[in-house]
Amino acid sequence: MTEAEKAATAQQRRQKQAIGEGPITRGVLIALALAFLGVMLIAPLLVVFIEAFGRGVGVFFEALTSPHTLSALQLTLLVAAIAVPANLVFGVAAAWAIAKFDFKGKAFLLTLIDLPFAVSPVVSGLIFVLLFGANSALGPLLDSYGVKILFAVPGIVLATIFITFPFIARELIPLMQQQGSSEEEAAISLGAGGWRTFFLVTLPNVKWGLLYGVLLCNARAMGEFGAVSVVSGHIRGQTNTLPLHIEILYHDNKAAAAFAVASLLALLALVTLAVKSILEARFAGSLAAQRRH
Amino acid sequence: MQVRVANVSKNYAGMAALADVSLTVGSGELVALLGPSGSGKTTLLRTIAGLETPDTGIVYFNDRDASEKRIQDRGVGFVFQHYALFRHMRVMDNIAFGLRARRKNRPKESDIRQKVMELLDLVQLSGLEKRFPSQLSGGQRQRVALARALAIEPSVLLLDEPFGALDARVRKDLRRWLRELHERTGHTTLFVTHDQEEALELADRVVVMNKGQIEQSATPDEIYDTPATPFVFSFIGESSVIPVTIGNGRATLDERVIDLDVGALPDGPAQLYLRPEDVEMVTDGGPGIPGLVVSTRRIGGMRRVTIECGLARHRIEFDASAELSIQNSQRVQVRIIGGRVYGAGQEGYATEKLAASATADFKWAKAEGWLDR
Repeated sequence: MTEAEKAATAQQRRQKQAIGEGPITRGVLIALALAFLGVMLIAPLLVVFIEAFGRGVGVFFEALTSPHTLSALQLTLLVAAIAVPANLVFGVAAAWAIAKFDFKGKAFLLTLIDLPFAVSPVVSGLIFVLLFGANSALGPLLDSYGVKILFAVPGIVLATIFITFPFIARELIPLMQQQGSSEEEAAISLGAGGWRTFFLVTLPNVKWGLLYGVLLCNARAMGEFGAVSVVSGHIRGQTNTLPLHIEILYHDNKAAAAFAVASLLALLALVTLAVKSILEARFAGSLAAQRRH
Repeated sequence: MQVRVANVSKNYAGMAALADVSLTVGSGELVALLGPSGSGKTTLLRTIAGLETPDTGIVYFNDRDASEKRIQDRGVGFVFQHYALFRHMRVMDNIAFGLRARRKNRPKESDIRQKVMELLDLVQLSGLEKRFPSQLSGGQRQRVALARALAIEPSVLLLDEPFGALDARVRKDLRRWLRELHERTGHTTLFVTHDQEEALELADRVVVMNKGQIEQSATPDEIYDTPATPFVFSFIGESSVIPVTIGNGRATLDERVIDLDVGALPDGPAQLYLRPEDVEMVTDGGPGIPGLVVSTRRIGGMRRVTIECGLARHRIEFDASAELSIQNSQRVQVRIIGGRVYGAGQEGYATEKLAASATADFKWAKAEGWLDR
């Protein structure tokens, strides 16, 4: 063995020690993880697409272009278009208050923000039924003014906002806490007002985290089933969102159509995931730079 | 601009961060706030800046109550401990931030550019205006932070641990540079530090703080030569403490008289504080206090010797000439030629390293005839 070869094997040995496990252990672990992912995640996703095209491309497009599907898609987009911006404002405000200020009841507010995560979606829906139902105090009052909340679009929007509330706030709070408030203090001591400080200093520092939160929030807003199912009333062409429409189609023994619509939602999820991983790569880089700072 | 702090107190969750602090900083003065962590020095600085609101008391800028103005309008240049540079902005935009944030008489963009270039020249960072903070070294960030604070033409410059996060070499250079900058620009400047060397070298006046109160406010010479309290004595420079007894206007250690002025201290127990240069070894056979050498180490041209002396084996550190050969466990005689005596009831800065050993062994003292009474 030459000196160079000896040096090379010694180097390999050191590397192996540094990682800790031999190639067999590593291979087995990776295979296990991949097998689990394949069975639990990739196979179901494939099934959705296979079933969707199972009766031919014609059935697939027919299902997608039927008026009920289109109206469900429209409603889903409308609900997301209202719920996501609303939670963007609420989430940023809540995160800002919690991360940058000290006040009594902060821990309680944090717990409240987590509430939608902890409560089952069905219960979340029932909360609104109790609040605005025919036997509640608010329901008949609003009814007398001609405002319909339950079994109508407003109810669906409210339930969706409730369910997706934590996504943006939860994403921002740790990020803002880690960054502290000395940059804001610097901006104020340099003469900047509150809004200027917020838009020029606070917001740019959390923009990637914010975008990430918006994406997650959007994915959930479009996919939410439980809470929406309770408040919507399943009126076809009026209060059916995509997830509800899929369920109805499935129960009507129109499996191919159900899977066709489901593939639309799955596609949406895949796009969200793709954008998310692109952002994450970007986000990780800028986070690392901030840590170096 | 003169800054006057009048009877300011501030509590955090029942703990007094500032307890009735009063301080006047003259126009153009360079003042160091020096103290251990938790002494309230940063709280005082932040209170002057307006970043903290005092519970009681008032901060005056030139005899005007500063709290009448918003923080934004106080005209305070604040340099944060970790610089707090805007990480998503280039150096140029960081420095220009304060000028662009002005509501009234905001300069033209071309004037802002020119001003930024001048400031970059002043802090010796010309050519780095396109960099992001993460692409700068610690010392460079420090200077960007300073340039950003100077850009608003502050009437008071406040620096929180300005050199705390830098390595020793960069620190020394920046210290000298800041002193020169102060002499050129003449801002009223306060800076917080826990490094006594930094405070004594840089400041016109040093304010020593402890437990939310000012222990002494004086020139570096006065702080070192005539410390007002045992805390100041032990916080600044090296020191040893030994208990003595006052009687008939004289201080005695185990009934041996120590030739020192004790002022108007009442009879009873007191503490003698010694600097390494206040003790010398007796080499001419004259009278002295016997002691046993515990350790020696070489410091520059001197030899720092630790001895145990007195009945309770008090530890004293002093400097001896490096030419003298001194071994561990050697018996020596020392003479006290300086130091200050403080009355009982005043606490010094806790120096754990000098705590007397608990397992007292008086064999050597008996052999010396020291315990024969």
